[in-house]
Amino acid sequence: MEALYVYCVGMLTFCGVFLCLRARLFPVVLGLTMLSYAVNLFLFSSGGLTFNAAAILGASETYSDPLPQALVLTAIVIGFAMIAFIVILAMRARADLGNDYVDGREPPDTEQAISPKRGNL
Amino acid sequence: MSLFWIPLILLAGVAVPVVTEKYGRSWCALATMLVPAAMLAFILSFLPQVFAGELLVERFDWIPAAGLTLSMRLDGLAMLFAILILGIGLLIILYARYYLSATDSMGRFYALLLLFMNAMLAIVLSNNLLQLWMAWEVTSISSFLLIGFWAGKTEARKGARMALTITGAGGLALLAGLLLLADIVGSYDLTQVLASGEQIREHALYPVALILILLGAFTKSAQFPFHFWLPHAMAAPTPVSAYLHSATMVKAGIFLLARMYPALAGTELWFLIVSLTGLATLLLGAYVALFKHDLKGLLAYSTISHLGLITLLLGMDTGLAAVAAIFHIINHAIFKASLFMAAGIIDHEAGTRDMRKLNGLWKYMPHTATLAMVAAASMAGIPLLNGFLSKEMFFAETLHQVALGSLSWMVPVLATLGGIFSVAYSLRFIHDVFFNGEPVDLPKVPHEPPRYMKIPVEILVTLCLLVGIFPGAIIGSLLYAAAGSVLGANVPEYSLSIWHGFNLPLLMSAVALLGGVLVYSFRGHLYHFQSQFRENDAKLIFEGVIQYIVARASAFHNWFVNGSLQSYVTWLLLLTLVVTGAPLLDLNGAAGHQPHQPVGAVEIIAAVLLSLSALATVIFHRQRMFALVTLSVVGLIVSIAFARFSAPDLALTQLSVEVVTVILLMLALFFLPQKTHNESSPRRVARDLSIAAIFGGIIATINYAIITRPLDSISDFFIANSKTGGGGTNVVNVILVDFRGFDTLGEITVLSIAALGIFKLVSRMRLAMPTADEKGRPWARDRHPLILSVISQSLLPLALLVSAYIFLRGHNMPGGGFIAGLVTSVALIQQYVAHGVDWVKPRLKLDYQWLIACGVLIASLTGLGSWMFDKPFLTSWFDYFDIPFIGTTELASAMLFDLGVYLTVVGAILLILANLGKLTTRYRPISQED
Repeated sequence: MEALYVYCVGMLTFCGVFLCLRARLFPVVLGLTMLSYAVNLFLFSSGGLTFNAAAILGASETYSDPLPQALVLTAIVIGFAMIAFIVILAMRARADLGNDYVDGREPPDTEQAISPKRGNL
Repeated sequence: MSLFWIPLILLAGVAVPVVTEKYGRSWCALATMLVPAAMLAFILSFLPQVFAGELLVERFDWIPAAGLTLSMRLDGLAMLFAILILGIGLLIILYARYYLSATDSMGRFYALLLLFMNAMLAIVLSNNLLQLWMAWEVTSISSFLLIGFWAGKTEARKGARMALTITGAGGLALLAGLLLLADIVGSYDLTQVLASGEQIREHALYPVALILILLGAFTKSAQFPFHFWLPHAMAAPTPVSAYLHSATMVKAGIFLLARMYPALAGTELWFLIVSLTGLATLLLGAYVALFKHDLKGLLAYSTISHLGLITLLLGMDTGLAAVAAIFHIINHAIFKASLFMAAGIIDHEAGTRDMRKLNGLWKYMPHTATLAMVAAASMAGIPLLNGFLSKEMFFAETLHQVALGSLSWMVPVLATLGGIFSVAYSLRFIHDVFFNGEPVDLPKVPHEPPRYMKIPVEILVTLCLLVGIFPGAIIGSLLYAAAGSVLGANVPEYSLSIWHGFNLPLLMSAVALLGGVLVYSFRGHLYHFQSQFRENDAKLIFEGVIQYIVARASAFHNWFVNGSLQSYVTWLLLLTLVVTGAPLLDLNGAAGHQPHQPVGAVEIIAAVLLSLSALATVIFHRQRMFALVTLSVVGLIVSIAFARFSAPDLALTQLSVEVVTVILLMLALFFLPQKTHNESSPRRVARDLSIAAIFGGIIATINYAIITRPLDSISDFFIANSKTGGGGTNVVNVILVDFRGFDTLGEITVLSIAALGIFKLVSRMRLAMPTADEKGRPWARDRHPLILSVISQSLLPLALLVSAYIFLRGHNMPGGGFIAGLVTSVALIQQYVAHGVDWVKPRLKLDYQWLIACGVLIASLTGLGSWMFDKPFLTSWFDYFDIPFIGTTELASAMLFDLGVYLTVVGAILLILANLGKLTTRYRPISQED
């Protein structure tokens, strides 16, 4: 189970980091969202993985670790606020600069880019 | 009275000249003199205690836990330097009154001078390494301002810059050295450092610390090869040169050597570095001084030479040499300050400092000439003057040292050679300026200076004579006290008298005297020989080096800081890779020994779905709507994962946040391009893929290493105390609103700040509204589907009821303020989606900013409330009450806190989404047609 879990965390990190390195703001926002999933899962798992052991007193024999859960709960909400801020910043950047590039201008290697019809990446 | 008054009063005194400047120059000078005079009297009142060998230490704890203590110390060495600094400082203030012209700002000059004086005093009186270093830096900065006092002159600016660069760089080395030293000893306290000499010298890091500290001392004292800044600092007004570059600032380095003597000296390394540097500086300075045509240039190189002499003495490692060094510090300060002042008078009254023009001034200013000649004779080491005594001691010491092995005989020979040049340049100072024919086209006819301008010189020259004739009576006890604080209890026997009989040092003095006269008479040949060398201007070389460094730095800067956030992110990630990856190499095997959980079919399916949708998001990220849908799938699976792994609160939160996030991103997509072209080169894609893959691998490895190892956590405390201490059975919620309530308060504050920031960003946004989608189809005019609006309207009370239920049960069952707030927000947002802003606005009269403010306020007041019961901030309270019709119910202050959380969450989310949504309606072309 643990191996499968960390595979998912690694996968989300991989996708998140790749998207964060894109030139446009929207993929970066997607990437940050993905990264925050990964980070939340990572932090959550630091208390160990347990089944049917919610930290409700009297509900089960053993309890999962409540502390990372409490921390992750606020992290989820704050993460949303952060994503929202970046999205709005991206829109504002587009309104003020006329484009939605991370750098505020077209990246210099656009000319070298392969034609849009070929390949998806 | 406390020693702390000295720097404090002097610092306050900095204002005196600025305030009194308007009452005229004499009053300004007089008022300024009062401050150091009072301090001098104050310090002298400690003289009996210091002479009795007492060490006065005062401490004022600042941050005792970090070992940071303000601490003052007054011992013999500090007393000697304090008298020099304050005494000569007083004379300089009087002298500067007549030296500065009416156009110079006297208030600023005196203020800077007092600031510098204060910093110097702080160095010598400091009993804490860091405090000493701070004062050291202030001397660098204030001397920069003083050297560059005539900021209009290029050479003043360049000289000041050079002095600051060299002494500033040395200061950094000194800081590193002092930190190492404190690390070795385990304390910043100087008393403790000086007492642990043994421990320091045996430590493995001793050579590093020693070299760093010596770098600081040598740059400050203009020792070879850092000597070149001192001649360029002569661009300063002469009172500054007389004060900083003879008596005080350059002596700070010497002071440091003497101060650290008990802690650092006594090793082979110390001997080699300090004595050889001193010897090289002594010879170089003495030789070059002879060829300088500028009066101040000659004195500057002579100062370098004498500083080298003192350094050489301190490096000799015999007690007597240290005594001779301290004696020469006093003597040099006295005669060199008077010589600089005399040079300033000549410059002031003759209009030039060039010795090729200045000749035969004896006729014009016999009084000044006499004073200058006595001081110069002291510099040359003529008997009956103070310079002679310390030079004799120096010669005697060079004969006694053996540390260079069979080459030790060279030291006295080279010392005598230095003495020969010293006599020669002193002779040149006297003969060239006051005799040697008639002046050559001087800008003005020289005459004697104002009466009071000569007084400081007269006082100092008198001291030269008095010390030279009655050394024991005048400074015997002070010298003994200072030597005592350098050498500790074992001050060797020494005799301060003019006549020691016919001996080798006397012979060396005689040789130096005759040799000097000879060298001077054959100076023509020497000048001719010297003129064959191309003269290197240190200023040009220095500026060249600086410009080279600046050019390299800006080239690197332009390449590295290229304004592309994309590349910064890449660098940041690469650095993170290195930092996090490196320690993993030392970890043997990622797997720990924790028993593993079994894998079920559900988990495998979820993992496959998660990776497929995550990859789909990456692959189709340019088709933004599709990418958003796949992303939301990922989010749903994450919330399912939380539910599966026993975290119902997290699952509920993630689920509702997911809804809000997707709505937010869809709203944003309305204003952003729906699809974009491929803009990454294959190379960049390959590079980013590898970075991302390594990153994912590293994170997964760390995560695996963590969750397969047994965990020792503090959570048992929370589980044990949740019910008894916090009154709730849902431990997660109790942690949020009770145990870690202060964290939560911070978090809702962050949330509200983000929401307000977004509100501000949105409020003046001017976005082009798309009238059609990317395929050219116009947006649907039917904005509010009937079924959706009907259903959502009837769902609203139900949803609010659910959120109230979730809120109330939160303390004991999954739920709480965060989740209830999210559910409420989703229900309200649904009304916006179904009916539009125009319909919701008149019906929902809620000011979201107020809501946020109320939420944070309620949470904070709940926390403050515990103060009324003399409990710490955010102490919770709960009890059980019998309420009619409901039964026994628990009421807790934490619920009030949770209400604050609830209100903040609702307010923040609605403020964000409703404002963004409003943007789409207000400017929407279709609504204008309506």
